Amino acid sequence: MASDQASTPPRLPEIQSHDLPQVIVLHPPPVFNYFKDLFSKKFHLLKAWESSLPRHEFLTNHAHSAQAMLCSGTGPPISADIIRLLPSLSLVVTTSAGLNHIDLTECRNRGISIANAGEVFSEDVADLAVGLLIDVFRKVSASDRYVRHGLWATKGDYPLGSKLGGKRIGIVGLGSIGFQVAKRLQAFGCNISYNSRKRKDFVSYPFYTNVCELAANSDVLIICCGLTEQTRHMINREVLLALGKEGVIVNIGRGAIIHEKELVQCLVQGEIGGAGLDVFENEPDVPKELFELDNVVLAPHMAVFTTESFKDLCDLMIGNLEAFFSKKPLLSLVMNE
Amino acid sequence: MESIGVLMLIPMNSYLEQELQRRYNLFKLWTAPQKPQFIKGHANSIRAVVGNASAGADAELIEALPRLEIVSSFSVGVDKIDLAKCREKGIRVTYTPDVLTEDVADLAIGLMLAVLRRLCESDRYVRSGKWKKGDYKLTTKFSGKTVGIIGLGRIGMAVAKRAEAFNCPICYYSRTEKSDTKYKYYPSVVELASNCQILVVACPLTEETRHIVNREVMNALGPKGVLINIGRGPHVDEPELVSALIEGRLGGAGLDVYEHEPEVPEELFGLENVVLLPHVGTATVETRKVMADLVVGNLEAHFLNKPLLTPLV
Repeated sequence: MASDQASTPPRLPEIQSHDLPQVIVLHPPPVFNYFKDLFSKKFHLLKAWESSLPRHEFLTNHAHSAQAMLCSGTGPPISADIIRLLPSLSLVVTTSAGLNHIDLTECRNRGISIANAGEVFSEDVADLAVGLLIDVFRKVSASDRYVRHGLWATKGDYPLGSKLGGKRIGIVGLGSIGFQVAKRLQAFGCNISYNSRKRKDFVSYPFYTNVCELAANSDVLIICCGLTEQTRHMINREVLLALGKEGVIVNIGRGAIIHEKELVQCLVQGEIGGAGLDVFENEPDVPKELFELDNVVLAPHMAVFTTESFKDLCDLMIGNLEAFFSKKPLLSLVMNE
Repeated sequence: MESIGVLMLIPMNSYLEQELQRRYNLFKLWTAPQKPQFIKGHANSIRAVVGNASAGADAELIEALPRLEIVSSFSVGVDKIDLAKCREKGIRVTYTPDVLTEDVADLAIGLMLAVLRRLCESDRYVRSGKWKKGDYKLTTKFSGKTVGIIGLGRIGMAVAKRAEAFNCPICYYSRTEKSDTKYKYYPSVVELASNCQILVVACPLTEETRHIVNREVMNALGPKGVLINIGRGPHVDEPELVSALIEGRLGGAGLDVYEHEPEVPEELFGLENVVLLPHVGTATVETRKVMADLVVGNLEAHFLNKPLLTPLV
């Protein structure tokens, strides 16, 4: 039958959402603010946060046969309790690189695979680390404030900053992000050393077995490792004093890797030279004392918040879920280390 | 022996003042209630002038100092010095190349990151308590963006080397194409601006390069493009820059220099896609000391009849 331009195309049978594979989501990951539709077109999202039922009831009643879960670093931790409510669960996909919010032991025991953000935003995180470091050394945010308050014309030149070239950078955690940070800072004439769980054969940077020794031999510490029981509060007063009065610390890992109270004390007392922080122990709360300091640069946990990373992340999350449901290898499976 | 008079035009560095005071009879022009009389009064003993990026030996000053032998600039930019007049009168000119290249290049990258990733704006966001109400918005990735450099000299090359570590493709404009580089050359600034996302001004200021970044260039760079000026304010048509930013024809700007420092167009203060620095390209403790030593070293060499360390004329 010929159709002219005015007639509507024949109606295709609607794909019912319950034909789509189920994916449990306890709390919307930040990617949903921009790309939720891309997910809901392909998957039947079981949105726990939209239900009036308490979480455990929702999961028990509605998620019994769900095999996959999508989570993020924000929202409730994926605890053993939650996992035990999901008898069919065999994949957890997280939008973060970090895994500290997932009960890894329970997943291992249940044979649940985990896929994370892989290296999709390593560059953006590394870029932010370098940006924060230059900002602290060269007083970028502080002198931008100075100009905007009209002080350049009235009070004269801003105090001098510090040269980045030749400084000794201590990278804590030489994973994908730490490696990208090192590569960038080498181009600025910095000298790189690192501390990591294991020595890395593919780099020739000096390796320190403990973080305090690294700090004692560095002008800058950049925290690029994950948060685990071993790394919680690893950067404490002892490490900061070893870093010294001219030392600068940059944290793009997790707030709790640094003992925040001790960091604040060291900054206020001038025991270290400055800090660039994207993460905090109790986000979005930030210790008020830091607001008085010009040698501190503060960012609202935004290292991965670029249009490019979010799109790449979205593609990767969907790619992992599609691979899982078509029984193909996951794109960013986390291997047990 | 008669002491050598050195005229310093504006305050620039107290270590430099100290070192000059120890060796010479230092005249500080900014302390004079009446500058022309001050100059006239000491003209017989002034044999050297020390200036910087903001103040230099112009024709008028050179004419007023009949015993002037050398101008030693605490900067690499010499646009404030009347070089032709110096050549005409056989006056030597020294500057401070190389020692400040890294600091300026570091700052250029710092400005790129600060603008694209909104570092200053989000620092304000945290300090004002807004983070408690919600996340900051998405910003723009820096790695991989094409960087276009106007002027591939020492500073331009140092910017390129750093940007390459972020996987940024590099292209450039300069008076003549460089045969020894792999970067892509464009024969005009407009073409360069059309083909890059971040445009950096890194050439010297001369009559030819004044307003080298004009309305046409800014339009070519476009609503997603970012201008970084670590050269001189007059490289950029400042009123055009302000309207391009306000109207959204230009995506953002990171500025260290302005046409009439220390004045900065107030219309820029409210923009979140702009970073404004008070001419701090070389403003580190380490580099300013090395620059000061070079200024003093050049003067010492001159007055001992030895070869100058970093002569330009």
